[in-house]
Amino acid sequence: MTDTPEHRWHDMGGQSAGPIPMEGHDFALWEKRVDALMVLCGAKGLFTVDGLRRALEDMGEDAFEKYSYYDRWIAATNQNLIEAGVYSLEELGQRMEDIAKRGATYGEAQA
Amino acid sequence: MTPSGTKVRVKAMTPPGHIRAPFYLRGKTGEIERVLGPFRNPEQLAYGLPASQKILYRVRFTMAELWGDAAENPADTLDAEIYDHWLEEA
Amino acid sequence: MPHDHHDHLSPSGHPYRQDNDAPLTYFQRMEIAVRELLIEKGHLTQAEIATQIDRMDARSPANGAAVVARAWTDPDFKARLMENAGDATRDMGFDIGPLHLVAVENTADTHNMIVCTLCSCYPRNLLGLPPDWYKTRAYRSRAVREPRAVLREFGLDLPETTRIRVHDSTADMRYIVLPARPVDTDGMDEAALAKLVTRDSMIGTGLPLAPENT
Repeated sequence: MTDTPEHRWHDMGGQSAGPIPMEGHDFALWEKRVDALMVLCGAKGLFTVDGLRRALEDMGEDAFEKYSYYDRWIAATNQNLIEAGVYSLEELGQRMEDIAKRGATYGEAQA
Repeated sequence: MTPSGTKVRVKAMTPPGHIRAPFYLRGKTGEIERVLGPFRNPEQLAYGLPASQKILYRVRFTMAELWGDAAENPADTLDAEIYDHWLEEA
Repeated sequence: MPHDHHDHLSPSGHPYRQDNDAPLTYFQRMEIAVRELLIEKGHLTQAEIATQIDRMDARSPANGAAVVARAWTDPDFKARLMENAGDATRDMGFDIGPLHLVAVENTADTHNMIVCTLCSCYPRNLLGLPPDWYKTRAYRSRAVREPRAVLREFGLDLPETTRIRVHDSTADMRYIVLPARPVDTDGMDEAALAKLVTRDSMIGTGLPLAPENT
């Protein structure tokens, strides 16, 4: 592990690490939606994949260890959309509050 | 444009920010395996800036060059894509 | 809970992860909010999102296996694949978008393997989404320094006389390994050969199946 000003945490090549974890999982609907949002917004020119990667890198090593892959990708997508002025933090915050009131599960929280 | 077969070294600089030249290759010498052509510079794209075109190369390194005595097999190789502005003559 | 999948395996043999029935997470709320705002502001439609999910679901290692089997049976196609794998694959009819694809060929004395140490770049427009292990710290860190030890963890113990070539997908190219055609497959047609080609054999962490194992 490394995270210094000279050598950033995401630049992992050649570091020592444990055995490769071989277990996998099938993608959940919400993960597929994150993937689709990221691809479509990129295709429409709202941001670039490099902008997404920059946001992921800036989240830091702690986020990489703590959150899932698509947790981090929706956060990076949101970061780029905020920067592009697509919606405001106020709009996002209010909508996330509204969604929490719809139900306790992902399925119930759909509009 | 630098032709295939040319010996090049990856610059050993360490600016902050979004960079696609991996740390483990910086300061290492390899050989241009092929010229991939011009691509937009990710160091500008990452910040939403208008991006200039940079020539992208595939550079081949020996494991001996990268890891010295720690290499599993010194003649095995590593190829990576490196943009022109990260390469210098070796 | 009405649909508790957690103790079951999916058709692909992977466990289901918490999905619609598990407690709503912060990042799931963010996904719903981002999706709704993008639709309301006219940037995306529901239909575009559904179509994109279908398009990604349709991409799988079977696409790459068809490309490999074609290269094993058609020397002209193989020449085009080695010259420009993206165009050769598009000519075969695969919807890979603007993917810049490079094919690297395994031979009797050369074995290729693919990694992305900086993030997790993968030829997803051909092979579908990457396996979870491809995105792990362990694979990203170790593949460039100790590829032989990594390959042994995948059950592949290559002799010192085999030259290993590791490819770090650091920029705009994506890579597919063209594995060597297994022995004793002379009589097999393209469709039968494609069944021997595994996902891992196209990443370089495996070999194609032997014909008796299919």
